[in-house]
Amino acid sequence: MRVLTLERAGAARRPWTLLTDSVILAGGLATLYAVLGIGRNWLAPARPAAEITLAASALPLYAFYSLWRMALAYAASLLFALVYGWVAARNRAAERLLIPLLDILQSIPVLSFLPGVMVAMVALFPGREIGLELGSILLIFTGQVWNMAFSFYASLKGLPRELTEAATTYRFGAWQRFYQLELPAGAIGLVWNSMMSVAGGWFFLMACEMFQLGDRDFRLPGLGSYLQTAANAGDLPAIIRGLVAMIAVILLLDQLVWRPLIAWAEKFKFEQVESTQAPRSAVLAALRKSAALRWLRRRAFGPAWEELTLRFARREQGGAAKAANAWRPLVARGAGVAAVAVVLYGTLRAGHILMGLTGGELSLLAHGAGATFARVVAALAVGLLWTVPVGVTVGLRPRLAALVQPVAQVAASVPATALFPVLLLVLVRLGGGIGLAAILLMLLGTQWYLLFNVIAGAQAIPTDLLEAAKLFRINGWERWRLLILPGIFPYLLTGLVTAAGGAWNASIVAEYSRFQGRVLATTGLGAIISEATEAGDFSLLLASTVAMAVIVVTINRLLWKRMYGLAQTRFRLEA
Amino acid sequence: MSHLEPIIEARGVAQSYAQPGGRQTDILAPTDLVIEPDKIVALLGSSGCGKSTLLRILSGLVAPSAGQVLWHGQPVDGHPPNVAIVFQSFALFPWLTVIENVEAPLRARGVGAFERHKRALRILDTVGLDGFETAYPKELSGGMKQRVGFARGLVVEPEVLFMDEPFSALDVLTAETLRGELLELWISRRIPTRAIFLVTHNIEEAIELADRILVLAHKPATIRDDFSVDLPQPRDHNSPRFLELVDHVYKVLTQPEEAHVLPAARPAGEPAPAAAEKHVAIPHARPGGIAGLIEIISDRGGADDLYHLAEDLVMDVEDLLPIVEASGLLGFAEVKEGDVRITPAGRSYAEGEIEQRKKLFRQAALERIPLLRQMQNALRAKSDHTLPAEFFRDVLEERFSTQEAARQLETAIEWGRYAEIFDYDSASERLQGIES
Repeated sequence: MRVLTLERAGAARRPWTLLTDSVILAGGLATLYAVLGIGRNWLAPARPAAEITLAASALPLYAFYSLWRMALAYAASLLFALVYGWVAARNRAAERLLIPLLDILQSIPVLSFLPGVMVAMVALFPGREIGLELGSILLIFTGQVWNMAFSFYASLKGLPRELTEAATTYRFGAWQRFYQLELPAGAIGLVWNSMMSVAGGWFFLMACEMFQLGDRDFRLPGLGSYLQTAANAGDLPAIIRGLVAMIAVILLLDQLVWRPLIAWAEKFKFEQVESTQAPRSAVLAALRKSAALRWLRRRAFGPAWEELTLRFARREQGGAAKAANAWRPLVARGAGVAAVAVVLYGTLRAGHILMGLTGGELSLLAHGAGATFARVVAALAVGLLWTVPVGVTVGLRPRLAALVQPVAQVAASVPATALFPVLLLVLVRLGGGIGLAAILLMLLGTQWYLLFNVIAGAQAIPTDLLEAAKLFRINGWERWRLLILPGIFPYLLTGLVTAAGGAWNASIVAEYSRFQGRVLATTGLGAIISEATEAGDFSLLLASTVAMAVIVVTINRLLWKRMYGLAQTRFRLEA
Repeated sequence: MSHLEPIIEARGVAQSYAQPGGRQTDILAPTDLVIEPDKIVALLGSSGCGKSTLLRILSGLVAPSAGQVLWHGQPVDGHPPNVAIVFQSFALFPWLTVIENVEAPLRARGVGAFERHKRALRILDTVGLDGFETAYPKELSGGMKQRVGFARGLVVEPEVLFMDEPFSALDVLTAETLRGELLELWISRRIPTRAIFLVTHNIEEAIELADRILVLAHKPATIRDDFSVDLPQPRDHNSPRFLELVDHVYKVLTQPEEAHVLPAARPAGEPAPAAAEKHVAIPHARPGGIAGLIEIISDRGGADDLYHLAEDLVMDVEDLLPIVEASGLLGFAEVKEGDVRITPAGRSYAEGEIEQRKKLFRQAALERIPLLRQMQNALRAKSDHTLPAEFFRDVLEERFSTQEAARQLETAIEWGRYAEIFDYDSASERLQGIES
């Protein structure tokens, strides 16, 4: 019904449709050209230290390069997340291995892999630009894939039983089951997690577009390298230009990609009745009206899809599927044995290297861990100090929230690593050290998680409880102690877990930096990782990375998990 | 009819799950079952008794942990049988339109676009959904959603249409309409299916629709009764035979340990014989529930229709029945032709204060329930007026199964405590007589 009225409205406004169609056509052409251009660029001989110009005219191209890296990394993440989540949800043996593994992989500081991955990739494609590009893409990938995989897994596990039974009874093959049941069920979770992942991806992209390893200088043309070069040169106008370009790209992505996607994903909600406040997007509405897209769907994609699905279905109905089943357990078992063997070998080798650490190195690690821990705590404490009062104030006032939230979202989407060179520039001029800068960077990178969660928590406090508090004149500190703090506690906890993980990861870029030809460093685990990287000290790099991962996982298990238990039993608000 | 070759034959199918502790939970005891063509078979049982498990085994959705299901004499594990299931929750894909939902099973079978569309439209027309092809499920009412569920099931022309509580998520009126329409389609042979297997917990629904009724009871589930419904369609819910069948099924469900003989059909007009059976078992109702029921009936002028009452209380009749029966047993109410009527004793109970009520309950219970009288006598015979609960359990187990004995004792203790006949210490599991 709804579809019919939409199409009719589209037919009534021809000129608008024509405009959309031309935009779509132009977009298609531009993408094609870009793919060819990128291909040529990648196969070009390597220029490990590409010259970064600070001219404004270079910015669109740099923005395009950065965006392109993000797109490829995201595509790889999506594909991997779908496969990982699907296997974990469908295969019980795999699930027992894959889900705890996910927990650990999520806690590993991705940035500590930066040097190793880059060197390996450059060695893999000697003399070609593609090695560096792939290295940066791989790093962004490892930073964003895990939460997406977990989201898809959780959606599949949460599928209503009768829906999966319907698919089985009506003989859905694996392919039909995937595109008509599993993918739609996971769509909403995937869209939201993709948004978060891409925001996190910018953080890593900025860090890995330009870095030094020993005496080798790696540079990829992009927004991140532009900003770092500008900061190194102390060129304030260029810094501002770079930041503006960065924010413009993020805003465009939000309007052209995420908002339409969220509005579109609305149809995958498990709801019994139509909601009145569905998210909307003008871009999506325009796309739906587009005659060109409709033509493509009817004439090209539709028939091709039909052909594809029917072929799959007919093969599945025949005996092909059963023949495949016979060898599947064998392959699975083989893969399992191989995986265990590889992991064992790796563990043994790593253990061997770690045994070779000297006492001095160990004490260095312990000191570093202590210092970084203190910094993480400080960053979180400062974050809490401003986000809790501000978040509660905003969250309890719906009209204020409607004003503040979009602004905060834009502010949050600017990656902290993009701001870091600028921050250093200012702090060094003012006479502050890198120790302070490190805490500030952690704060910049993590405070938004806290703010958004506090706002959500305050919004979730039931109105009747607020009214009851007013009625009984519970004010001031009592109101906070009895109502607000317990109310936001579960949300605050979620924010803290994410923020703490992010702060540990940020320490790697925050505690050690090359700036205007000088090395700025302070005591800390992150600094040890960076220094070991530059010095090519593999055993220390391994030890410090493992130490950080162990600390994050341990804190997750011992502190956050317990607090979650508390949040779910004592501080649960049920309306 | 019985000479027809069965479509499905279940031989000794059973289902059990291994629990983490190494123990085994039996869901379904070994069961034999035959489904023949041209019949609607209803499987009746209380919630969570294993009906749905049996349906899933018969339809090939779940493999039994023991036994075998044969389709036309062939084991099912080779080829999936041509079946359809209509689900309680509808189980429509919310992101597909009505017609896409109905086309999905055909797509799975590799039917081409044109043929698929034609068949889907035809079946949507049959179930009365033409004009709604492009709507999404969330735009439809519950009844319309279940029509889509039926259309999706029927479009594959299943040999057996399985229905798992298909009407329980609908309001009473919609459910009644849909039942009527389904029956009409079935009788006029407009739906391309050879047999229907219906799982329900609604006694009346089963008797209204089915040619044959299986009653499933107790954990693990076993078929307690299997009989044909000898009433012509359409069936009148208020006819004496209909009520007699309701009564019979109810007894099988609530007292599965005893043998119940289905009274033979009599020529219309002849009154049913008075129930002459001796009540040995206490219906499993709480004193609070009895008090509540008596109060409600008293508030409604002293009488109300049983089904009407159940609807208003949003209870299933079979959940309400033990309370009604208990009230009858105590002499507080009586059931006549589907109406529950309060007695003078019930009237004074409803109007009494709490102490007065307890006294009336105590009098009635000791007078009318042999088990409670026995318990009082046994406690009195002891010098310290105390006995372990175990003692009574042993006595009860001579008459009932272990499980039923435990339930009888539990109910008797609840009644006895309320009536202040005795106290019960759950820590030591001992009963202490109270002398008034």
